[in-house]
Amino acid sequence: MRLFVYFLIVLLAIVHQDFWWWDTEKPLIGGVVPIGLAYHALVSLAAAILWGLAVKHCWPHDLDDDDATTVSNDGAAS
Amino acid sequence: MTQFIIICVYLALLLGLGVLTSRMFKGTAADYFLASRGIGSFLLLMSLFGTTMTAFALVGSTGESFKEGIGVYGMMASWSGIVHSACFFLVGIKLWSFGKRFGYTTQIQFFRDRFESDKLGVVLFPILVGLIVPYLLIGVMAAGVTIERSTGGAFPSFFAGHGVGPAAIPAGAIPFWLGSAGICLVVLIYVFFGGVRGTAWANAFQTIVFIILGIVTFSVISDELGGAKAATEMVLKDNPHVMRRTVREDDPLTRYHGDHKVFEKRMATWESKPESERGAQPIAPHKPKGISPLHFLSYMFIPLSVGMFPHLFQHWLTAKSAKSFKLSVIAHPLLIMIVWVPCVLVGAWATSAVIDGKPVIPYGFSNPNAVLVKMVAALTDPMLGGLLTAGILAAIMSSLDSQFLCIGSMFTNDIVAHYAGRDRLTDKQRVLCGRIFVVIIVAATYGLAQLRPGSVFTLGVWCFSGFASLFPLVFAAVYWKRATRAGAYACVLTAAVVWWILFAKSGYGSSRQFLFLDMMPVATIVGASTAALVIVSLATKAPSAETVERFFPKHK
Repeated sequence: MRLFVYFLIVLLAIVHQDFWWWDTEKPLIGGVVPIGLAYHALVSLAAAILWGLAVKHCWPHDLDDDDATTVSNDGAAS
Repeated sequence: MTQFIIICVYLALLLGLGVLTSRMFKGTAADYFLASRGIGSFLLLMSLFGTTMTAFALVGSTGESFKEGIGVYGMMASWSGIVHSACFFLVGIKLWSFGKRFGYTTQIQFFRDRFESDKLGVVLFPILVGLIVPYLLIGVMAAGVTIERSTGGAFPSFFAGHGVGPAAIPAGAIPFWLGSAGICLVVLIYVFFGGVRGTAWANAFQTIVFIILGIVTFSVISDELGGAKAATEMVLKDNPHVMRRTVREDDPLTRYHGDHKVFEKRMATWESKPESERGAQPIAPHKPKGISPLHFLSYMFIPLSVGMFPHLFQHWLTAKSAKSFKLSVIAHPLLIMIVWVPCVLVGAWATSAVIDGKPVIPYGFSNPNAVLVKMVAALTDPMLGGLLTAGILAAIMSSLDSQFLCIGSMFTNDIVAHYAGRDRLTDKQRVLCGRIFVVIIVAATYGLAQLRPGSVFTLGVWCFSGFASLFPLVFAAVYWKRATRAGAYACVLTAAVVWWILFAKSGYGSSRQFLFLDMMPVATIVGASTAALVIVSLATKAPSAETVERFFPKHK
């Protein structure tokens, strides 16, 4: 699953280069938003979902141990 | 006067918040610089977003869309959504972990340890500070100009107007020196007393303010133009090229032709004057040419800068736990979308909006960054104008505060405490030292801003490129055991040299449209610094076993 999520993120970066909408403003979403803008708003939404999946499936659990590490007042760990 | 009152109320609210958060200050250096590593998810999200989004998110996005069309969202915003979250997730959490385990406060402390080199800090320090200073100047100057332009008529008996044409300052406006002093003073007060916790709370408040005001502004402008559909139809009729990324031969290019007519008139007037009275030659408008796929793609490198911003590093270290990052990683792209989509649409509408037969943005209007303010002034009442000004100031100050504190922190920890010896400075002395440096930096920035070096605005993208070109260094430091001290030096020096060569080639930033190999220069610089890091690391002796075990422990 971990690799699959990273694969999807790389795929999102690839489909970000939407040459298929380059030369058109149509369809207009809701009669207002040109497709080139609507598509990239969707890319932002997809980024949020995919990073949500990464948080769920690719989370570095080993670093959660560091939550318990105490740090002295001068910033040094102890 | 309405706008002046709204700005004052907003700044008073901010100061009140600063006073409240300063009561939480525990008096220790760890609390001043890192909020005792106790910032939770929501506050972390707001402070990271507020810090990364400058005033550019509101006025720059509108202006770029006005100039280049809706393609700027894909180049600047959706790439940022993907790449910023990647930096938070892949780099930020790791650095937070090292910071907590080894007690780091600044980036340079980490790099000195990871690459086993004290001198690396000496090389990095001036580069990092040098790349932040133009940002500070841009922030302070933008704040002064914003207040000056929005308070015309407030105090006509105190301040006379000056200048002619579009750049004229109306009588009664709060002058630049006073407006920028007010902003510096407010930021200084809450940073001085509250440290990084004060900036986190102020950023949260300011981020909420500029997100809400962005949406309200969009909604009001849309209504005034007869609804969103009507506004879009005007663009499709007169300037359809801004709704896509290409320009066709049969496009009407109404705005370009309108701008060109005004240019011809200005040119004729300029030529008719005697040489001694001519002044600067009018600049011809750029004919729209669309966005090339390679240019569009190369923007992906710019948001890598987030991985190397020293002020963001400091915010990462304030997190209460690794889990505190989760909300930022997920919600950051959404917040970018919420702020940018309305602004980009307004920018596109501004090219073609006509009321009573007259364009809302007059032909020949040559300052894209003023398009949003102009639209608000032309279409709404002073109340919304004042609120938008407060929103713009919020976006400016939410970046300024972190940058002021971060440079104060770097001088204190990387120079004074490092060379005096950590044990020779008491905790209280470190806090005092940090505060003194913050005062000095704010005063120096204010002084430099009064010289109004106009060229500093062109440096913005070059600063981003500089930070981005150092991204391979931090990524390798965190993930590649084999990255060596010599590799780190090679990376930093190559980035600096290639950056300088391309910067010089661009006329020292004077050519805003400068591309190298049809790409943003940052793509070449990142490629060169990565190659130098990898080749030199592989050719030199691996880091010591102790360092490898420290940063890449087997049990982890």
